[in-house]
Amino acid sequence: MMDNHFQSCIPIQKEWDIVAARQQGRDFSKQIGFGAVDQARIATAISELARNIYLYAQKGAICFEYIEDMEHKGIKIIASDEGPGISDISRVMEDGYTTSGGLGAGLPGIKRLMDHFDIYSEEGKGTEVTIQKWLR
Amino acid sequence: MDKLLREIVLENSDHIVKKWLTEIDRKKADNYTVSISEELFESTNREFVNVIFSSVEKEGMLEDLHKFSERLIHLGWPLSYLTEGMQAFRRVTMNFILERSEEVDSQQFTEILEGVDQWIDPIVNFLVNEYSGNWENTVSIQRMALQELSAPLIPVMEGITIMPLVGTIDTERAKLIMENLLDGVIKHNAEVVLMDITGVPVVDTMVAHHIIQAAEAVRLIGASCILVGIRPEIAQTIVNLGIDLSNFPTKSSLQKGFRSALEITGRRVVNVGEEDDVENILDSLGKE
Ligand SMILES: Nc1ncnc2c1ncn2[C@@H]1O[C@H](COP(=O)(O)OP(=O)(O)O)[C@@H](O)[C@H]1O
Ligand SMILES: [Mg+2]
Repeated sequence: MMDNHFQSCIPIQKEWDIVAARQQGRDFSKQIGFGAVDQARIATAISELARNIYLYAQKGAICFEYIEDMEHKGIKIIASDEGPGISDISRVMEDGYTTSGGLGAGLPGIKRLMDHFDIYSEEGKGTEVTIQKWLR
Repeated sequence: MDKLLREIVLENSDHIVKKWLTEIDRKKADNYTVSISEELFESTNREFVNVIFSSVEKEGMLEDLHKFSERLIHLGWPLSYLTEGMQAFRRVTMNFILERSEEVDSQQFTEILEGVDQWIDPIVNFLVNEYSGNWENTVSIQRMALQELSAPLIPVMEGITIMPLVGTIDTERAKLIMENLLDGVIKHNAEVVLMDITGVPVVDTMVAHHIIQAAEAVRLIGASCILVGIRPEIAQTIVNLGIDLSNFPTKSSLQKGFRSALEITGRRVVNVGEEDDVENILDSLGKE
């Protein structure tokens, strides 16, 4: 159906790019075969990541990749930016921690929505969040 | 406009018009006229060239041109039709003068060149301004229409108001929702507002945050807000995100929300006869 290397990226600069990114994520996960609930989870996770880029790093990109192993297929999403970075990762992973008067539920929420969550950030360099969801 | 130029243009109008029409007809291939019939295209061209000549005759008066461009804007013709028409007129006129260059010396030629530019440029600027002014106008009207659409408030009965939300909620729209909600509660004297999110595709933490704030503000002005139309997949996502809506009145459907609203406002649905099946009416309210 899809080849392994398929990857596409949506640049995030304007608020409406967030909508474009999650639309792409929704279409892509539908193609892979995810049901309505997982599609909503994936679209919501993308929305959180894209909004964080827009709010804290001003610009960046969301990339999508089709993944598979012996038993399953799935989706991998990478959100990257060259913004200010995060100094204390464990702190931003706490429920309710926010520097913008938000709910502070984005990053810990994404972790619960997805099967795999990985964050790498360097102060002054940028942030990269990688998430995955497997089709069951 | 330069006197010499005017004389040349007017004396040779037949020739220039013919050349201009051929030039413009070639442009037809450039797809901007695909949806325009042959006859309309030709008659508009004739009218356009007459307007140009009348402006030459009247020494650069823009009155006819204004009327003509206004009509084209109204009919949705592209601006490029007019600007290309003017450029073609410049080319045709210059070529014509060049062909007969034995009759004009180089001094006169430079004057004519300048004269043509000084005459054409203001007209092109004028047309661009007419078009962009109109376009800005259209955009601002559409924007207003969209704003009205983006957070409508429906006073269904005394004390009960519904705000159906359809489509993506961005920061601007979130602000509007809050404003309209508070204004509407006061204006319609609402006791209960039903906020229906059936048509909102994604409820992330930002949308949830705005909804919580709006409901809190409604509570502060003495009314209550019930969130309805939470689709199953949205409910699961909200729970996964860890958003706590437990002190927030929610109902799965508009129908159920409406029942609670009736209770809150001290009312009850009574079945008065077979034909007046209120239950059915309520049922149809819950449909999307
Ligand atoms: N891409 C990013 N670059 C820099 N800082 C970020 C980024 N994403 C998140 N953060 C920081 O982590 C905090 C928590 O983010 P999140 O959990 O999404 O909650 P919220 O966005 O509501 O504040 C943010 O307030 C911000 O300080
Ligand atoms: Mg966030």
